[in-house]
Amino acid sequence: MEQSWKQAKAAFAAIAAPPVLWLLLFFLIPIAVIWAYTFGENVGPVTIDFTGTFANYARALEPLYLGIFGKSIVVAGLTTVLCLIIGFPVALAIAFASPKMKAWLLLLIMLPFWTNLLIRTFALIAVLREQGYVNFALEWLWNNASGFMTLIGLAPLGEYEPLTLLYNNTAVVIGLVYVHLPFMVLPLYSALDRMDRSLMEASLDLGAGHLRTIWAVVVPLAAPGIASGVLITFIPALGAYLTPDLLGGTDSQMIANVIERQFKRANDWPFGAALSFLLMYLTFIAIAAQAFVQRKAERRG
Amino acid sequence: MAKEALPVAAATLAAPPPLKREKPGPLEYMRRWPLQLMVGLTLVFLYLPLLTLMAFSFNDSRRNIVWQGFTFKYYEKALSNESLIEAFVNSLTIAFFCTIVSVVLGALAAVMLWRFRFPGKTAVEGTMALPIVVPEICLGVAMLVFFARVLPWPMGLPWPLNLGAITIAHISFAFPFVATVVRARLSSFNRELEEAAKDLGASEWRTFWDVLVPHMQPGLIAGALLAFTLSLDDFVITFFTSGPDTITFPVKVYSMLRFSVTPEVNAASTILIVVTVVLTAVGLHLQNQKPQENKA
Repeated sequence: MEQSWKQAKAAFAAIAAPPVLWLLLFFLIPIAVIWAYTFGENVGPVTIDFTGTFANYARALEPLYLGIFGKSIVVAGLTTVLCLIIGFPVALAIAFASPKMKAWLLLLIMLPFWTNLLIRTFALIAVLREQGYVNFALEWLWNNASGFMTLIGLAPLGEYEPLTLLYNNTAVVIGLVYVHLPFMVLPLYSALDRMDRSLMEASLDLGAGHLRTIWAVVVPLAAPGIASGVLITFIPALGAYLTPDLLGGTDSQMIANVIERQFKRANDWPFGAALSFLLMYLTFIAIAAQAFVQRKAERRG
Repeated sequence: MAKEALPVAAATLAAPPPLKREKPGPLEYMRRWPLQLMVGLTLVFLYLPLLTLMAFSFNDSRRNIVWQGFTFKYYEKALSNESLIEAFVNSLTIAFFCTIVSVVLGALAAVMLWRFRFPGKTAVEGTMALPIVVPEICLGVAMLVFFARVLPWPMGLPWPLNLGAITIAHISFAFPFVATVVRARLSSFNRELEEAAKDLGASEWRTFWDVLVPHMQPGLIAGALLAFTLSLDDFVITFFTSGPDTITFPVKVYSMLRFSVTPEVNAASTILIVVTVVLTAVGLHLQNQKPQENKA
């Protein structure tokens, strides 16, 4: 049973003060300052007046920025869906692997995200560029296919045109999936691992196929895990800065890149602050939606 | 967030239950080829870029494309690049101080939430989770404004004090992760042990130090490892808090990348990957050892 703080006031103060004060001073105050800036106005190169204006929010809702918000949501959503499509079978396979295999596979899935995000993104560039492995492999296939066509008497396919896989929106989505895949696999794995397997066995015994069992039994049972996997993939993908910056082209700016520009180049802090707060609100909406789904699932279960 | 799952993997690695040698059952999906293929492709997808990067750091060619022969020259170049070394030392220093403070703060926060009932507990708990969920870019710009306008960090302080702003920013997002890990560990603590110690005359402090801390130890190690890698990895928040003479390794690599993609960056990255993997392995090893020692 938890102790009431009144029973040991001195101990409580000693234990609670450092983390609470730190959180207040070095987290809440900076966030509050940014919040105050959202109502500020640039009056000089470095002076900002807190006039209580809503102009920054109004500007953030202009079609240009609304479009970037929309695009960020679409890119993050697509990333999440792709992670789910790739991650679900992988998590399923791991959950039903032998214990030793399971431990190794989990380690293998997790190891990449103990390596630096910047380095992983950089590594992807070498693979995706026009003279990278993906294009080499495709060229090889293309040339072989072309040779095969001549062999059976058809016209050859012609020169291989390397695909432009870098510096566009596709590259951003590939990069985000690459970076966030472990975030999806792990919660899915832990949900699938906890699941009552006799229900699956029952479904298979009663004549449902594997796909139908997965769709009608496993997916509903693992719904909370899927929801949390979706959330912890979607949130960082939505606020991603590095991936669109390094892999994207001029039209692949996501919201974080716009925020960075306001602070580092355009020097419009109040507007950048308003954009960050809108991004934060979007994040909270996503969390609330997940909590809602979770509660609904629990009530049903 | 998902890094918390590592202790689970560690625990499974530590004590693998005996292997069953039976015919593949209907649920042994890992033995079905479509799923094997899927897992295989995913691992290739995850590892091919990293392994390529590491392999080509030994390639004797400026253009990273065709293998020209084995060389260490880019390592020599990277290791004799003073600003790169300085950035690396800065990163390790920041990670070191961040880890120490985060473990202390995180452990205290975990004990506070685990042990006490107090008014506003839900609010404190919720706020403590905020640094984990708030997008990095938002925390980054908040720290930028904070250290530019509210608490200007003095310029030109002697090392390592000049790294103070970055270290503080790192602690702010790292210690809630530590708190989560330690709290998970505390949930398995038998509160009667604490009462017994107090009944036998131990003071509050002694009970904490001799009863609670040993129990928390695996959580503290896991938390420390987490804080260290989070700090070493962080680019976005550091990017906003670092100044011209407080460059960290990721920020340095980023500017090198902007300039040109050279094998020198590959070499530097390979060093960092190896450092991280070794640290993780050591951390997992330490974490696995403790419970076994206790049992023996």
